[in-house]
Amino acid sequence: MEFDINKIREDFPILNRKVNGYPFVYLDNAATSQKPKTVIDSLVDYYSNYNSNIHRGVHTVSQEATDAYESARQSIQTHFNAKYSHEIIFTSGTTHSINLVANGFQSLLNSGDEIIISGLEHHSNIVPWQMMCEKNGALIKVIPMQESGELNFSVFEKLLSNKTKLVFVNHISNALGIINPIKKIIDKAHEFGAVVLVDGAQASSHLKTNLQELNVDFYTTSAHKLCGPTGVGMLYGKEKWLKKMPPYQGGGEMISSVTFEKTTYAELPHKFEAGTPNIAGVIGFGEAINYLNKIGFDHIKNHETSLLKYATKKLKTIPNLKIYGDSLNKTSVISFNVGEIHAYDIGSILDKFGIAVRTGQHCAQPIMDYYNISGTVRVSFSFYNTTKEIDHLYKSLLQAITMLS
Amino acid sequence: MTIKEIQDEIVEEFSLFENWMERYEYMIELGKTIELISPSNKTDSNLIKGCQSKLWLHAEVLEGKVFYTTDSEAIITKGIAAILLRAFSNQTPLDIINSDVKYIDEIGLKEHLSPTRANGLVSMLRQIKYYALAFSKKNKIK
Repeated sequence: MEFDINKIREDFPILNRKVNGYPFVYLDNAATSQKPKTVIDSLVDYYSNYNSNIHRGVHTVSQEATDAYESARQSIQTHFNAKYSHEIIFTSGTTHSINLVANGFQSLLNSGDEIIISGLEHHSNIVPWQMMCEKNGALIKVIPMQESGELNFSVFEKLLSNKTKLVFVNHISNALGIINPIKKIIDKAHEFGAVVLVDGAQASSHLKTNLQELNVDFYTTSAHKLCGPTGVGMLYGKEKWLKKMPPYQGGGEMISSVTFEKTTYAELPHKFEAGTPNIAGVIGFGEAINYLNKIGFDHIKNHETSLLKYATKKLKTIPNLKIYGDSLNKTSVISFNVGEIHAYDIGSILDKFGIAVRTGQHCAQPIMDYYNISGTVRVSFSFYNTTKEIDHLYKSLLQAITMLS
Repeated sequence: MTIKEIQDEIVEEFSLFENWMERYEYMIELGKTIELISPSNKTDSNLIKGCQSKLWLHAEVLEGKVFYTTDSEAIITKGIAAILLRAFSNQTPLDIINSDVKYIDEIGLKEHLSPTRANGLVSMLRQIKYYALAFSKKNKIK
């Protein structure tokens, strides 16, 4: 399929709206992506035509809903190249997935064991491990970041030992957009027998991840970052680890037999999908994956890379503008400040020009502390953004700077 | 001047502007004219919560009237704080408690006082009223 940006924009109803009298320029894609009509329609279609609870239903509509739900699982398995579809567990999103693993490893780790997490993590990636370590006495070690925003790999190598049981990194940092060398990290960690969990929330909308090739033990993402609905995501886990981990939540769906004496848990993936899941969300998630594949990740990457280059070049002409994580090895995210101007002020003025950006710490206070700043303005592009929108950003930013200086 | 009179005056000043850009520029100017909180009062306990930028508020009573001082890292926040304090500072606790902030809507800055917006100005307004309430109770006890 050819990449026709105008046609693609027609797929996204929200891109037609105006904000504060200006055409809506959405540059907050790292927070959440916009939704194409086909995803929105899939939700409406489910609720309008075959809404029913899944699995075990004897009636036709329940079977239709089950088929749609399980076919989404297969689309996602194929997309990420997982070995088995039952290695894809549906969760409410990345945070839920991480908690699920942290909870599962609570009983698998002992006092004195170590886990390593990267210094580029989102808050949600730090807290579950701290909670786990409080309970089992394991210790957290942190891979420091460097000025470029990249992880210090040689320090990581030194942190690894036979005590290391688990390594946890994000595929791409949400605050800066830096792509971490996860293949190298996974291989190195495996030399020490450590399990690796990668948070792919920021990666999945930009690149196609081949889980078997990566040989990662756990991988997680949220549907809403990749054109899917909010409140749904996935945890991929290698079968052997998912079998080893105890269930996270008790309830319906996750049991095979229950007496008051003993419950036998259901097989994968149901063991980890207690209760009625987000059926519509999962169907929308599958639809989003299919949509992105129809566009093609090569096209997505090409377009986003050219947007990033175009925007970086333009923004760098602005005096006193400093980009954080100024590395070539990143996705279409630019995190910056201009002189002494507060990020909040810039964001407020850009909003008046119809431009949506994010300001603040981006849930990554350790990174902000590293640079000794209170926050940044973060613009993040998606394949449906245009150079014309970047021109509008540039002009509006100049105007904002004049007003705020 | 009463709070209402000052608010009307501010609304009138802002009505001279034709677009949001002029209104913002004026608001930013007003932010530069306020009486800043003294450095010794820039304490963590005077920080308003829920702000992306740091925003401090201090209050004291002089001859039955409440005087507020403030500062913020962000100049838009500071501008709105200035518009609030121009109306509420140097007033009696009772008048402050009984006043409203409809004038913020009228001058087209409503978005900054939306309760769900993460800028803390709603918290600042609440704090302004809390101080007034606390001072009024203190007076009654005396």
